[in-house]
Amino acid sequence: MATTTQPAENPLTEGLERLPVHPTTLVIFGASGDLAKRKLMPAIYNLAHEGALPERFNLIGCARSDWSDDEFRDVAREAIEKFSRRKPDPTVLDSLLSRARYVPGTFDDPGVFSKVAEIAESEDEEAGIPFNRIFYLSVAPQFFETIAEQLGQTGMNKREGAEVRIVVEKPFGHDLESALHLNNALLSVFEEKQIYRIDHYLGKETVQNTLVLRFANGIFEPVWNRSYVDHVQITASEEVALEGRAGYYDNAGALRDLIQNHLLQLLMLTGMEPPVSFSADDLRDEKVKVLHAIKPPKVEDVHDMAVRAQYSAGNAGGKDVPGYLDEEGVKDGSVTETFAAVRLMIDNWRWAGVPFYIRTGKALARKGTEIVITLKPVPHLAFEQQGSLGVHPNQLILAVQPNEGVSMSLMAKIPGSRMRVRPVNMEFLYGTSFLSQSPEAYERLILDTMRGDATLFARNDEVEAAWRIVDPILEAWSKDTDPIPQYKAGSSGPEEQDSIMINHDHWRQI
Amino acid sequence: MSPSAQIEGVWSEQDTTPAAVEAALRHLLVEAHTEEHGYVPARVLNTIIIVDRQFKGEIANRLERVGRYHPSRTILVAVEPRRKTMDAYVQIAVEHADGGITVGTESVEIDIGTEHLSVLDTIVDPLLVPDLTVLAWAPHGHRDAIDALRRLVTVVLIDSAQQLNATDAIKRAADVANDAYIVDLAWLRSTPWRERIAATFDPPAWRQSLGEISGISVTAREDSVVAGVLLLGWLSCRLGWEASELIKQDDVYMGSAHGKRQDIKIRLYAQADLEVPGLSGVQIETASGTKLSLDRGPGGLQAKRVTRDGKESTWVVLGASRGESGILGEGIRQALLRDPTYRPALECARQFLGTV
Repeated sequence: MATTTQPAENPLTEGLERLPVHPTTLVIFGASGDLAKRKLMPAIYNLAHEGALPERFNLIGCARSDWSDDEFRDVAREAIEKFSRRKPDPTVLDSLLSRARYVPGTFDDPGVFSKVAEIAESEDEEAGIPFNRIFYLSVAPQFFETIAEQLGQTGMNKREGAEVRIVVEKPFGHDLESALHLNNALLSVFEEKQIYRIDHYLGKETVQNTLVLRFANGIFEPVWNRSYVDHVQITASEEVALEGRAGYYDNAGALRDLIQNHLLQLLMLTGMEPPVSFSADDLRDEKVKVLHAIKPPKVEDVHDMAVRAQYSAGNAGGKDVPGYLDEEGVKDGSVTETFAAVRLMIDNWRWAGVPFYIRTGKALARKGTEIVITLKPVPHLAFEQQGSLGVHPNQLILAVQPNEGVSMSLMAKIPGSRMRVRPVNMEFLYGTSFLSQSPEAYERLILDTMRGDATLFARNDEVEAAWRIVDPILEAWSKDTDPIPQYKAGSSGPEEQDSIMINHDHWRQI
Repeated sequence: MSPSAQIEGVWSEQDTTPAAVEAALRHLLVEAHTEEHGYVPARVLNTIIIVDRQFKGEIANRLERVGRYHPSRTILVAVEPRRKTMDAYVQIAVEHADGGITVGTESVEIDIGTEHLSVLDTIVDPLLVPDLTVLAWAPHGHRDAIDALRRLVTVVLIDSAQQLNATDAIKRAADVANDAYIVDLAWLRSTPWRERIAATFDPPAWRQSLGEISGISVTAREDSVVAGVLLLGWLSCRLGWEASELIKQDDVYMGSAHGKRQDIKIRLYAQADLEVPGLSGVQIETASGTKLSLDRGPGGLQAKRVTRDGKESTWVVLGASRGESGILGEGIRQALLRDPTYRPALECARQFLGTV
């Protein structure tokens, strides 16, 4: 049997904060699009600024716009200057863009892919080493399959002596069937370990901190179970309304846009068992078990565990907001939900009987994403209640945005001669406790892709398991002929959201 | 205080005491909470900075330029010869952050005399936020002050490159390292170079060349020779070389190290005419005839690799210059991290300078 000799460890990497990354060529399909301009280009620039890009790095843009290399460089420069979190250093920006190349054309044109291959190969030849290749699909989902096929047909899905990876942006399908189809299409060309499905929530520091909070502190894990936890709420509220995204949003809705991906990811991180290690597969193995433990609802039971609603005209963030149906680009009579709330039960030893409530919505009272773990109340209270605000169960609040941090509500004695109590907060805020500025999620995720670390990316089985939970809800709503409930823009959401709460639970104020 | 911060409360007193200053800090904190419901005091780091009084403005300016993420409680000790009393000025500054919170930072300026330095620990101890890391920095020397603080501090920020005598600088760093974790700005100036050398030899095909290194030359600004010696110390200890003392001739330190396969010829050039402190170039040769060079240039380090058959490849390793304020900011940030490679590199650097 042939054996492979592993190269010796590089002794120079010990203690370095920025570990070496293999020389890389990054190809962005959809390089003229909004995501590329707002997020990807600025992220790449910031990585360059910090010296975090691979020592040798090539950027190739590819899109339909009929640009030359120089025109692409100009567009990229403008985008970076406008959207970068820091003012660009002109010398770094010049150096980054001076070697950037652009290939115009449509994604069904094999000539485009041959040209990309030709450029990438000439760069490798010049350097005398095969670069890793990353194909970033920053395009509408209908092009995912075409691009993957073309990459396969031109033989760019693998490379001797180097790694090839493909990055796919959400949505990963529109429902379970389309997700299965997409995964099969990608897996017919690439191996799963080559596929990086970006869920940018996972690139947020506070989301990653959920794992550190749980598994690096002895105080929480002993109570992190059905014996002590009463219920869990995960909320992602947005103050903004459509902001010109009607084309996408009216076809997607709140459930697909946030719950199927981002919020189920938060649920997985909250509910998972400790992984054996933080390697990509060990972590994702534990995450997906959480989804497997959730029984998909029956279509006829959906009205008991899920609520949808649409915003009506109001005022959010000090601005007048038209009703959803009056927004530009929204189809007449659309029943797309702008608010969705669901109750899920994780049927395993740790969580049996503990409801997980998840909700999201647009045009709500304020912006905020948080995970709230409410503990069970104390069994007996010896203190007098009269004159107190009342004894509340302890809550642990993991704030993802905008107040990144952790707070815990505790009961404390009100100063005075009587034994009266009220809740107080114990808080940790990222902004007050760390010296460094958090990188943008895309910076972290692009770098992880270049490093070959898939820990913060969704695996195919996670995506499919999430659709299995969400699909029956979508089906029930598609059959529902009742008028969709309304909530006023700028409010805390529809009254109907309370209908899915059980055991006298109630939502935290948005 | 960062440029976008606003002053929320101040207090000052002449001929004061540490207890009075501590009481003022507590009082200002309560006031800030009362006036600003979203007020949250930053709790990252206690920083004690000991300066010559006449240059305290310059140091305050340097601290301002390190950016938003400055220490949460700064105690600036301004030393004036012959002063007998202690004056103090306390200020709370706030900065609005996302989500309706207001982050506050506290700064204390204390004017004392040289005679107070030997008991500086008893003056600043009551002013420290408990349970936070304590960083001390004396950019104008004041070794006696740092020595007095040794029982209190967890981290000492030094800039070995500030001392023209590299041997003295390395000796002092090694001595302080016995009591506290050292963050050495001279070491941080070599970080991008260390990262790039590590990256250059990282591809599996090139990793074996690490054992074939036969020569290395480093160029540093005259006042940053220590950064060069530390880089050599790092390579030496990471690659298992036996270092021997370098001989200084004019502006060049020359010598060799003994590797597993061959001796390594070493040159360290001290150049007076470089614009910025730190390193300006590194050249590495291997026994198989490959030459690699990294030189400071616009947009990053200009890299060149020439193989034995004369094939040349050049590229730019992207990265922005951090500037001196960036280096200081990085130094403060590093106070909360731990680099396990500095002390071994320092020990190897001592061998190169014959101070063991």
